[in-house]
Amino acid sequence: MTHHQPGDAAELSAIVSTAAAAGETLSITGGGSKRRLGRHAPTASTLDLSRITGIVDYEPAELVLTARAATPLAEIEGLLASQRQMLAFEPPDWRALLGHTGAPTLGGVLACNQSGPRRLKAGAARDHFLGFSAVNGRGEIWKAGGRVVKNVTGYDMCKLQTGAFGTLSALTEVTVKVMPRPETARTLLLPVTDATAALALMSTALNTPHEVSAAAYLPTAVLARSRVSGALPAGNGLVALRLEGPAPSVAHRTDALEAAFGTSARLIDVDSSTLWAEIGAVRPLLDSAEIVWRLNPTPSKAVQLLHILAAQPCDASFFMDWGGGQIWIGLEAAQAGPDAKASAIRAALAQTGGHATLFAAPDELRAQTEVFEPLPPAHAALSQRIKRNFDPLGILNPRRIYKEF
Amino acid sequence: MIRMPEPDQQVLARRDDIIAALRHIVPGEGVIASENELRAFECDGLTAYRQLPLAAVLPSTTAQVAEVLRYCKANNVRIVPRGAGTSLSGGALPLADGILLGMGKFKQILEIDLPNRCAVVQPGVTNLGISQAVRGQGLYYAPDPSSQIACTIGGNVAENSGGVHCLKYGLTTNNVIGVEIVTLDGEIIRLGGKHFDGPGYDLLGALVGSEGMLGVVTEVTVRLLPIPPTARALMIGFPSIEDAGDCVAAVIASGIIPGGMEIMDKLATQAAEDFIHAGYPLDVAALLIVELDGCAAEVDHLVTKVESIATQHQAVNCRASTSEEERLLFWAGRKAAFPAVGRISPDYYCMDGTIPRKRIAEVLRRMSEMEQTYGLRVANVFHAGDGNLHPLIMYDGNQPGELQRAEDFGADILRLCVEVGGVLTGEHGVGVEKRDLMPSMFNETDLNQQQALKCAFDDAGLLNPGKVFPQLCRCAELGRMHIHGGKLPFPELERF
Ligand SMILES: Cc1cc2nc3c(=O)[nH]c(=O)nc-3n(C[C@H](O)[C@H](O)[C@H](O)COP(=O)(O)OP(=O)(O)OC[C@H]3O[C@@H](n4cnc5c(N)ncnc54)[C@H](O)[C@@H]3O)c2cc1C
Repeated sequence: MTHHQPGDAAELSAIVSTAAAAGETLSITGGGSKRRLGRHAPTASTLDLSRITGIVDYEPAELVLTARAATPLAEIEGLLASQRQMLAFEPPDWRALLGHTGAPTLGGVLACNQSGPRRLKAGAARDHFLGFSAVNGRGEIWKAGGRVVKNVTGYDMCKLQTGAFGTLSALTEVTVKVMPRPETARTLLLPVTDATAALALMSTALNTPHEVSAAAYLPTAVLARSRVSGALPAGNGLVALRLEGPAPSVAHRTDALEAAFGTSARLIDVDSSTLWAEIGAVRPLLDSAEIVWRLNPTPSKAVQLLHILAAQPCDASFFMDWGGGQIWIGLEAAQAGPDAKASAIRAALAQTGGHATLFAAPDELRAQTEVFEPLPPAHAALSQRIKRNFDPLGILNPRRIYKEF
Repeated sequence: MIRMPEPDQQVLARRDDIIAALRHIVPGEGVIASENELRAFECDGLTAYRQLPLAAVLPSTTAQVAEVLRYCKANNVRIVPRGAGTSLSGGALPLADGILLGMGKFKQILEIDLPNRCAVVQPGVTNLGISQAVRGQGLYYAPDPSSQIACTIGGNVAENSGGVHCLKYGLTTNNVIGVEIVTLDGEIIRLGGKHFDGPGYDLLGALVGSEGMLGVVTEVTVRLLPIPPTARALMIGFPSIEDAGDCVAAVIASGIIPGGMEIMDKLATQAAEDFIHAGYPLDVAALLIVELDGCAAEVDHLVTKVESIATQHQAVNCRASTSEEERLLFWAGRKAAFPAVGRISPDYYCMDGTIPRKRIAEVLRRMSEMEQTYGLRVANVFHAGDGNLHPLIMYDGNQPGELQRAEDFGADILRLCVEVGGVLTGEHGVGVEKRDLMPSMFNETDLNQQQALKCAFDDAGLLNPGKVFPQLCRCAELGRMHIHGGKLPFPELERF
């Protein structure tokens, strides 16, 4: 297996052109932290972008940051923090979840549309991606978007790259929108009797104007695994609601929510951020489950979905984020059967709307099972034509998303 | 003037047959062919460009849209989709050999889903119509183009429209969570939905802002937000535009993202004040309106903070609204800035570049030099938070050569925006207007890659041609390029 390691866009372009001529398939990696996300589809060579690093430009007052694609996320978040800013979509740390130790990079975060709890209010990684340079499957260097926060010049190619898992082009430089870090954050913890009550509570809270920036439901068994569990009230599970903003505003909204939903326990400072980091990272709350599914149903149908699935005899642990719009489920391989429960889960989702991702699973399972929700035929055909028009020889991360391309 | 693609004479010659066939698909009043009635469709908001379409077709069901598109593809007829026709870039400008596909009959709000805070609407519903329909539930649809009483959500999706609140709440693309589209092949495809994100490529994201060139939107699901309990506006006067720009930067640097932040220059302020009598100060070089929204505790806290930042940046006067009427009055002048300029000039031409905000003083200085060169005046309105400029070039279309001068002036302004690190358009779209300036931002490879996306949706190039790309490349040629030097990948798979 060849290991290519270009130092800049020109070297990358040369490598990809040569690979295209030879039909040599390439696995693109940045820090390698998400190598096990997506279908398991080995390639002839590795295209390691980890040398294409460095922050190119950061303008706090313009709310934009430009960096080479493999710049470590930690470096970017450190710099932003020094100016009291942040990536508002709160990229979670999935290393433990995916069983990898590599350092996540900004390009990788965007390529996988990696968004955390604040996605509920602030939008996903895709909503903060403003422009890029990249190399397509023919080895051509191209760019799209811009370095300003508001731009509609040409098609929105940033959206197309986000969540494409490197199958359309290899990113070399990216510009993202950054936001001020909230002055204060506080998490309210509200005891609930069950998932139904939790979902109703989250929906009601999100319909108030109190600007809840994250909303999760953690059943008791899951809660017990949290590092902050000592600070949590006992019961049948909790709904966690996060409020962020200037101190007087957070105080006012806390009162308003407590008046509506009863007095709660509160987490502040490090405890609050620890809990949401765990929710984003998933693994701390699902422990050692070998198979982890991410379900994204129509939020109001989250409980219905769980009920359909509960008819399946298996001892899963789960929790909800995004106000019910994201459910993480952990299974043991022994219980999950040969398809990791894919057909049961997808049949249930057909009733509730939404999609499911086989997020963490052994390589063999991610080779046999559709990791991402299969697309209806016309949609699949269109996607395949797009792939062909960006990467005609199918050399960039082939079959990483769907086995057809 | 920008040239449109040559009409296909064979299509023009078959006009009667085409109209008869379309009448078969959309019976009754659904096909308009008389010259008189077609006049209503001859231009959009870019009124300097006019062209009668071959015919106008007004379907009322998705099935009809699909059949019309299939017919057009089979018969090589071009299609220009249209909502309310308020595009300022000529996105909905008809073609002599193309049908105008008016989506005005798709007017229904199909569902208001409170638990999921979204609404499912047809594309012909107006932007404001959505907010009005959900106001009783304490919700609204955030993007608010100034044209919101007239423009449709379908047009907003096609243009990725913005508004004064988009720095805090995002553009159309950040607030539309699903669409149903019909492709040129007549396939009906749903992208996104009420759930978060979606599997596969983000085709919803690619479709928003695609200017009617990838598919016809027949249904839209929008995210709704709870209405903020309070909003207050500050009206702040500065001795120079630079001070106003520095104040905006300082507000953002202090961690505040206001609901809206707008700057008007002296000429725009004067025109607006003469028209609306909002009480704007006339002795300042720049007027900044800052709106803060949220709970009362937050708004009052931030109003105080912004006031003190303004004072540190040479503000000569600063008033904060103390009632809803006063807040609306502060805005009324800004919202009427375009028509106000229309009162002092026979015609005006609205530009839409975005720049890094720190370059504002330089850009305005160079624009005033250009005023001398072109002998035309400019009033400036500016979405200050995100650096989106709206210079309004005043001209008289009845004076020979003035329109051309205004267009040349506008093109120079946009090239300047690109030169200082900005872009050609922040919210109005490329359309016809900025089509030939695209090479100032993108090279041939960049543009071909965008067209590669277009080809995946519309390989015949029939959906809204002549917009966005200075040259439409033939998809087959792109395809040939793809295959050179190697063999087709996955030869075992079916080709579509
Ligand atoms: C006074 C005035 C103020 C304005 N203020 C703003 C502003 O503040 N912010 C802003 O962003 N814009 C503004 N605009 C521009 C314009 O209103 C927007 O671009 C709007 O989104 C156009 O909507 P429409 O329904 O009029 O679309 P049209 O003008 O009819 O069409 C616009 C484009 O959308 C396509 N299209 C329309 N419907 C569909 C459909 N169903 N499927 C596929 N394609 C479709 C057309 O082909 C065309 O390319 C303003 C315009 C005016 C006249």
